[in-house]
Amino acid sequence: MNSLRSTARLGSLALLLILGACERPPVAVEQHGYRGVAIEENQNPRTLAALKRANAVPDVVPVVPGDGPRAADTYQNVKVLSDLTVPEFTRVMLAITKWVAPPEQSCGYCHAGDMASDELYTKKVARQMLQMVRDINSKWQNHVGATGVTCYTCHRGQPVPAKLWYTDAMPNRAVGIAGDRAGQNAPAASVALASLPNDPFTPFLLGSRDIRIESGTALPTGDRHSIKEAEWTYGFMMHISDALGVNCTYCHNSRQFKDWDQSTPARAKAWYGIRMTRELNLKFLEPLTATFPASRKGPHGDVGKVDCATCHQGVYKPLFGAQMAASYPELQGVLHPAVAPATTAPAATSGSP
Amino acid sequence: MSEYQNIFTRVVVHTPAYPGVALGRGAGWRAGRGSFSYLLGKIGDAQIGPVYLGFTGVASLLCGFIAIEIIGLNMLASVNWDPIQFVRQLPWLALEPPAPSNGLRIPPLAQGGWWLMAGFFLTAAIILWWVRMYRRAKALGMGTHVAWAFASAIWLYLVLGFIRPLLMGSWGEAVPFGIFPHLDWTAAFSIRYGNLFYCPFHALSIAFLYGSTLLFAMHGGTILAVSRFGGDRELEQIVDRGTASERAALFWRWTMGFNATMESIHRWAWWFAVLCPLVGGIGILLTGTVVDNWFLWAVNHGVAPHYPHVFPATADPSLQPGGAP
Repeated sequence: MNSLRSTARLGSLALLLILGACERPPVAVEQHGYRGVAIEENQNPRTLAALKRANAVPDVVPVVPGDGPRAADTYQNVKVLSDLTVPEFTRVMLAITKWVAPPEQSCGYCHAGDMASDELYTKKVARQMLQMVRDINSKWQNHVGATGVTCYTCHRGQPVPAKLWYTDAMPNRAVGIAGDRAGQNAPAASVALASLPNDPFTPFLLGSRDIRIESGTALPTGDRHSIKEAEWTYGFMMHISDALGVNCTYCHNSRQFKDWDQSTPARAKAWYGIRMTRELNLKFLEPLTATFPASRKGPHGDVGKVDCATCHQGVYKPLFGAQMAASYPELQGVLHPAVAPATTAPAATSGSP
Repeated sequence: MSEYQNIFTRVVVHTPAYPGVALGRGAGWRAGRGSFSYLLGKIGDAQIGPVYLGFTGVASLLCGFIAIEIIGLNMLASVNWDPIQFVRQLPWLALEPPAPSNGLRIPPLAQGGWWLMAGFFLTAAIILWWVRMYRRAKALGMGTHVAWAFASAIWLYLVLGFIRPLLMGSWGEAVPFGIFPHLDWTAAFSIRYGNLFYCPFHALSIAFLYGSTLLFAMHGGTILAVSRFGGDRELEQIVDRGTASERAALFWRWTMGFNATMESIHRWAWWFAVLCPLVGGIGILLTGTVVDNWFLWAVNHGVAPHYPHVFPATADPSLQPGGAP
């Protein structure tokens, strides 16, 4: 009887250890697709509440009247926000200080004594980032929709966004004749602890390697995509799934991942998102390599780059889709297009009166 | 009630150690004289040994040791020879096959050469062990059923790691040696070839796998249930059906209208177990060589149903004007 009791005790201890890695119930399942195809999302109300608190949006900086002299005419060295009026310009500066700069440094985080000076690298980076935000909001609406982004979408009150990636975070190959990891087989957070290739970023979010590895024909017709390529795509998809806190079936019908006809509309959003992220890395972040000091770079001297988690941070829509950017028309793109400078005469070929 | 559901053997026979039948000429030697283990007697026969290894047994163990060493030392090297990290990361570690760009060439050791070597020695070990099983069965005057059942598993192993990669012209198509890595490989394999669940041979294999467990439970349960009437003396009951056999047969006729016999149940179980890897291997062999996308194949053959659309139609953005792949 005693041995039975101790066996039971040991058994329940082992069960606890095994279940220790699992999430405590309840899990709420929300069906999105047709019945039986498992297109559904699992949410735990308890962790969801914590996630919602972590994604609360800060108070809006009070709106100011749009009239006034242009910032570019009033201040020196205004290059990106030159179309804004002085009150609008000041409002953006207040917001960015609140969203990005450490409170103890405030304006001084980017501005040296002379506000116009480009002495600090942070100011040059901030200028590039403002350009990037306007670019995203005006050119990538097929991904960000009308919701758009602000500095806060990534920064969340921190000077450096919490989720960035650097080249070659995990050791790729061992030195010597043995121990080749072939870029995979390590418990890497980048692929949600799978043993899949653990740098899904370089090939897909910097390079444009083929993501589509699944054959498009029933019988072989010369498609030579290998299983190893499938593992790279799989690793990248694990990153997206982890970054958005969703299942494969948020975008795909898992019976046939490649088929657009069975996919959800979110897959098209993600398709544009991948292209957007890739362009942001190539157009805005990599060009800052010479601007950033070594202390802000990765072990291989590259700048921090964006991936899906940089904005999403575990949520299917960043900040649960809060319409934050709508309160900041200054960040939506050029707000007041410059009046075309008066030309001496209309072009001869235009034929307009 | 619990008396009959004990997981341990309830009867442990104590006899002088039995050394086995006389060996033929040139058949090598047996190691040990036989000893007894109380604990092993709880789950099987309490007698340990004598053990017969012979040439094939020794050669098989040696090849197997070399294969495990190559795999294990490569895993250890991949964590920079840190034994703690080796233990912590073991489920993730692997020895990967060569990159697909190598085709069927022999790459440098660090880039898949070790994988080829480990695969060679592991295969040699398995085949030598098969020869050993076959020859030991013959030496005892037994049928060779166990050896052929093992051959079925070897077939699936060879298809995955050797025959299919040969047909595909790339060692990179083969399975890595590793715990999580071979599982992730399996999922990637299914995704690449359009969902293996639509491969009928995969479906058959699963049916035989689950069928095997079902038959195992039914047979084990039946024999234990009638062992109080002597039902565990199965061989005698094949030709001389006693009350245990009659009760067991009646039980199944009452519950499902049909019953196996004391002999036929073993044929059922053997074939289910053998067919599981046999048809599975056929499915793997056809994948990529004959069929490239099993879902589309299933649609063409009226197997995969069409589900009603729930979402607004989503078009492939890469086919839209201005959409780049």
